[in-house]
Amino acid sequence: MLDWKMDFTWEILPRLLLAAGNTVLAAGGGYAVAVVLGLVFALAQRTRSRTLTFIVRELVEFIRSTPLLLQIFFIFYVGPQFGLRLSPWAAGLIAIGLHYAAYLSEVYRGGIENVPKGQWEAAKAINLSTVATYRRIIIPQALPPALAGMGNYLVGIFKDTPMLSVIGVAELMHTANSIGAENFRYLEPYTIVGLIFLAISLPTAWLIRRFETALRRKMGLTK
Amino acid sequence: MPYLDFLMTYSSRFIDGTLITLGQFGLAALVAIVAALVSGLMKMAPSKTVRAVAIIYIEIFRGTSLLVQLYWFYFVLPLFGFTLEKFTVGFLTVGLCYGAYGAELVRGAIQSVPRGQWEAALALNMSPAKRMQRIILPQALVAILPPWGNLMIEILKGTALVALISVTDLMFETRQVNNNTYLSAQAFGTALIIYYIFARFMVTPVMRWLERVMARKIGRT
Amino acid sequence: MNHDKRHDLSQYALRLEGDNVPMVRFQNVTKKYGSLVVLDGLNLDVAEGEMVTIIGPSGSGKTTVLRMLMTLETIDSGVIYVDGEPLTHMEKNGRLVRANAAHLRLIRSKIGMCFQHFNLFPHMTALGNCVEGPMQVLGLSKQKAEERALELLDLVGMADKRDQHPSRLSGGQQQRVAIARALAMRPKVMLFDEVTSALDPEVISEVTSVIRGLVEQHNLTMLMVTHQIGFAREISDRICLFFDGKIEEQGSPEMLLNDPQNERTQQFLSAVLEAN
Repeated sequence: MLDWKMDFTWEILPRLLLAAGNTVLAAGGGYAVAVVLGLVFALAQRTRSRTLTFIVRELVEFIRSTPLLLQIFFIFYVGPQFGLRLSPWAAGLIAIGLHYAAYLSEVYRGGIENVPKGQWEAAKAINLSTVATYRRIIIPQALPPALAGMGNYLVGIFKDTPMLSVIGVAELMHTANSIGAENFRYLEPYTIVGLIFLAISLPTAWLIRRFETALRRKMGLTK
Repeated sequence: MPYLDFLMTYSSRFIDGTLITLGQFGLAALVAIVAALVSGLMKMAPSKTVRAVAIIYIEIFRGTSLLVQLYWFYFVLPLFGFTLEKFTVGFLTVGLCYGAYGAELVRGAIQSVPRGQWEAALALNMSPAKRMQRIILPQALVAILPPWGNLMIEILKGTALVALISVTDLMFETRQVNNNTYLSAQAFGTALIIYYIFARFMVTPVMRWLERVMARKIGRT
Repeated sequence: MNHDKRHDLSQYALRLEGDNVPMVRFQNVTKKYGSLVVLDGLNLDVAEGEMVTIIGPSGSGKTTVLRMLMTLETIDSGVIYVDGEPLTHMEKNGRLVRANAAHLRLIRSKIGMCFQHFNLFPHMTALGNCVEGPMQVLGLSKQKAEERALELLDLVGMADKRDQHPSRLSGGQQQRVAIARALAMRPKVMLFDEVTSALDPEVISEVTSVIRGLVEQHNLTMLMVTHQIGFAREISDRICLFFDGKIEEQGSPEMLLNDPQNERTQQFLSAVLEAN
């Protein structure tokens, strides 16, 4: 029944830890894309062009309403049909980046909308350009409350990286599957993968909560 | 092949898959509601042991990936003597996973009920159980519906992963169609549209309707 | 745990006996929030059927007195007796110990409370609010509970609004329903915690006339915290002025309001009368 083989564990651990590094890279890369693209999505919904706002809004809703796994498949398989030869890594990063950009754009929008109207008016009164207004006045004030939500999605991305295994990215899940198939033993690989996830996501989530409390305390003082 | 022909040829596959997905979604949602309620309440219990059990459940399911959980329950759990049908593993795991997130929503909603309601119930000498059941939970229900609506969409999207333990849902059938025809755009595109229609035009409106019904019951129009 | 004299429970009676047992007795009651002393060795007796009003500046501890009696707050030392029985403590092996939840529930049934913000249950109608306690806690049948509720709603002048939800009622109307709800439990002691402070001036009289009716027609023991000095003068048997967690001065309305002895009482009263 339950028969944990310790030497098997030590044997596969290095391979799994290496794959964990890949996972962190994939998560980090996807997050970087999402952070930037999310801002683009958020700002695009604040332009004067009603068409652009509508298109981006619908796009964001569409991405948020459909499974990431399906989006990964779509980009990986359909990309080539549009002339894009995408490696599994590239397809994966784009898919994750797009998906979480949609989530982050909502976080940004909320943050921006919470900046008091008076700030915009003051910026206009000293004749700041739109770009400068965003860069120096609005975004610095929109960011702190948004950071907590952003942190949560970082943990979320990290936990979604196993989906990349289905298109062959050699991250944790994929490696665990390979080890399992090669050795006909799944207990150790899957359990270790679970533990590695816990080992990374729990401290990160805890840090984010601490950060959020500290931030809220600081905001409370400045409010 | 033109899209319309594609749809007609493979419609039965998509429909079969969609029905399985709906089944997974409905059952997972039920599991999630129960798990969230139980663990959310446990997390507020006076007993430290009860709270610890709830916290362990919540942190484990929130700290690991749904896919990892699915594989673990499907491949590893049998080694402990529990072998479940993959359909069951599917909705059970998805439900337990999102139930852990729901527990926080339950806690937040209960704590959003004004302090005065707890005190009024105490002043009427209601027992803690009656107070929770008749006064607090009905009011918490209104508060929890908006964020729970988002969670329902996440549950729907989460069910797509059960295809990876070979449950023949929409995701699974779509992959099959893609493997047979290589018409990736049509296959995956159709699936995207189906999920979108369900999320945006069925789940969300139903949740909004529920919100309105509950608000009316509370007397807020 | 402090072992000084104040926490020695052997000095307190297991039960109050005799001819003129007060309905409510606070004996040496102290309440602290951290280092802040809210109530400092309070001794207060309220006789059966007596109407006592508590006035004083904010932070003087007056609301805490009511909240402790309703067991919404715990006490740090001393004992509170209700109808001769200890409320905050109970007898065990011939000695007094801290009350457990079951004992609290037993004695709590003698006390009813109305709150500054009404705290009506928003998901129930006025009638629903008033039958909830009798049905769920007292075990009355739906018919009996509704009979009692309708009688009381009639008493407070809200019978025609019995099927309305609280959100459709004005503040004064809600507070009257809240009074009916509390009375439906047939308490021996009624507590009113600033029940007019959250009301618009024009509806205050709705509520005060209900309370006046209760004083005139029933033998309820009542404790009221209020800023309405004029109303207090009119219906109270006794007025207590609280200051810094202690009773600064107490007496009949005529004595206290017309001829206050202490300087702080005089200061408070003149400030209040200025404001009005």
